[in-house]
Amino acid sequence: MSPDTAANSYRTGPDERGHFGLYGGRYVAETLMPLIREVGAAYEEAKNDPAFHEEMGRFHKHYTGRPSPLYFAERLTEHLGGAKIYFKRDELNHTGSHKINNCLGQILLARRMGKTRIIAETGAGQHGVAAATVCARFDLPCTVYMGSVDIDRQAPNVFRMRLLGAEVTAVESGSRTLKDALNEALRDWVANVHDTFYIIGTAAGPAPYPEMVRDFQCIIGDEVRTQIAEAEGRLPDTVVACIGGGSNAIGLFHPFLDDPEVRIVGVEAAGHGLESGAHAASLTGGSPGVLHGNRTYLLQNDDGQIADAHSISAGLDYPGIGPEHAWLKDAGRAEYVSATDAEALEAFQLCARLEGIIPALEPAHALAWVIRTAPDLPRDHILVMNMCGRGDKDVFSVGEALGIDL
Amino acid sequence: MSRIAARFSALQEAGRAAFIPFVSGGDPDFDTSLAILRRLADAGADLIEIGVSFTDPMADGPTVQAGGARALAAGMNMNRILDLVRAFRAEDDEMPIVLMGYFNPIYRYGAERFAVDAKAAGVDGLITVDLPPEEEEELRGPAERAGLDLVRLVAPTTDEDRLPLVLQRASGFVYYVSIAGITGTRSPTMVDVEFAVARLRRFTDLPVAVGFGINTAEQAGAVAGVADGAVVGSVIVREIGAGGPDMLERVSALAGALAGGVAGART
Repeated sequence: MSPDTAANSYRTGPDERGHFGLYGGRYVAETLMPLIREVGAAYEEAKNDPAFHEEMGRFHKHYTGRPSPLYFAERLTEHLGGAKIYFKRDELNHTGSHKINNCLGQILLARRMGKTRIIAETGAGQHGVAAATVCARFDLPCTVYMGSVDIDRQAPNVFRMRLLGAEVTAVESGSRTLKDALNEALRDWVANVHDTFYIIGTAAGPAPYPEMVRDFQCIIGDEVRTQIAEAEGRLPDTVVACIGGGSNAIGLFHPFLDDPEVRIVGVEAAGHGLESGAHAASLTGGSPGVLHGNRTYLLQNDDGQIADAHSISAGLDYPGIGPEHAWLKDAGRAEYVSATDAEALEAFQLCARLEGIIPALEPAHALAWVIRTAPDLPRDHILVMNMCGRGDKDVFSVGEALGIDL
Repeated sequence: MSRIAARFSALQEAGRAAFIPFVSGGDPDFDTSLAILRRLADAGADLIEIGVSFTDPMADGPTVQAGGARALAAGMNMNRILDLVRAFRAEDDEMPIVLMGYFNPIYRYGAERFAVDAKAAGVDGLITVDLPPEEEEELRGPAERAGLDLVRLVAPTTDEDRLPLVLQRASGFVYYVSIAGITGTRSPTMVDVEFAVARLRRFTDLPVAVGFGINTAEQAGAVAGVADGAVVGSVIVREIGAGGPDMLERVSALAGALAGGVAGART
């Protein structure tokens, strides 16, 4: 799918079968197919129901705290001496990241469908916390699958989920990280299709999830459009976001896809460096394949076996990527670059000192690219970065990486 | 006539169902796995499903996952799976062999080249768990050209509106997944299986095999009483995983008992 020539738009995907060009689709076992189609139909109906949007809007405003501010990062801008840098402050949302945008939408859909049990997977724990939060709010039992490696490095979020009443189930299969948590959640879903709704945390998985999660996250980019018009009277020159599965990024990017003057940049986690092999950069260091219900770029070997991803950020530590990003990469509409663990750590500390904002390690990757790039851009270049999560959860792993005993 | 069709046709004449064991190809290693395949044939297998390992087998329970992981650790890949089939074929030209796995290893190999190479190695059919009819196009053409059967999965969740789509252009046999769940966990109730198989027969003339959750000779026999085949995987894979110097003997004995359960069902 090149941009739809009739509509001359990058925003019309996916097609009716859930494909973004070569990517996306519904690669799942037959047991799940009828259910996935049911989710798709229910979402189509909800999408066109003003009452659904009205309810979501109410919770966005009074529960999540939207709109999140668009903040001019003045000291960082001065320090770098180039582009004018704005942060979209999605780390100020209830639960501390953009994940709540999606969880709110999905749980309202689950309720419409009459589902009585929620499952979710989580890597860094941000999505798990957001899912556990909405489950508490709407009084639905919640099981969160989390790789045991991630449980060890994200202890505060595990405790948060338990406080919120969720059951956190450790996943011991495979690499014991996010991809294995996804496998386990899918296995749970197959066995409990009659009453269970699966809240997938990113814009990946079988259709309709990539489209649905994107739609729920587009509130980020939609708000930025309004806010930057108020602040600057024009569109930004560059929008940038970090990419693990890619939900915060697609939420920021999608409303700007048809504005060719806006440069769109996604920053993947390069771990120890792309050449080291220990990274999580599926787009810049992977190849097309089929995993978790969709075709997309994957880290894999020549035999099609999925490789373990590596990143200091548990939230980016995933060997795949949302299929719409795969399509946007091939179409050339968005650029995909990467930042290493070390660069993200530098950015993390710089942001804390200059702006009084401790970013999550995930957006610290986007920030690393900003730090690398902004000095060479003119002062009237407007750059908007999505600060998609706050870093409280990461202080222990950052302390460890810096050799500081907390 | 394909080996699969020939085998089911012969079984139908004999008035009995097929015993279909599943093992992960190359579990615990290539040579032992080849010996296991031969043992299964000697013990009364009517068709063998060879699992192609994948790092992320989302429809499989812990037992089959572990078998796949052992095979990968022993250096198995798609080329070695085809070597395994070729080696088995060298001594047995009649046993139908179906490869069961996930799409990504086939996609990476290249669907067209894979179909040709698999056929040449002696493979008769493919079960690709995560390739529903909606996504199957790119494998269907190559498989049909090469003369490989594409075996369809039908689940308890597949309703009658969907069945015609699922069964359209199905070939070889139809695999009824007897529980909504993953391999090697719960067992189905026979009433449900009987009802589901009867429903399927209204939509297809192909043989119907039933799998997922069949753990004992009694269960295999009960399934064989209503279906054209009983697929048994996890209990065999578990026996392989338990290892030990008498593992081959134990696998033979288990397969023999399961085959006996199936053979005794309709005589």
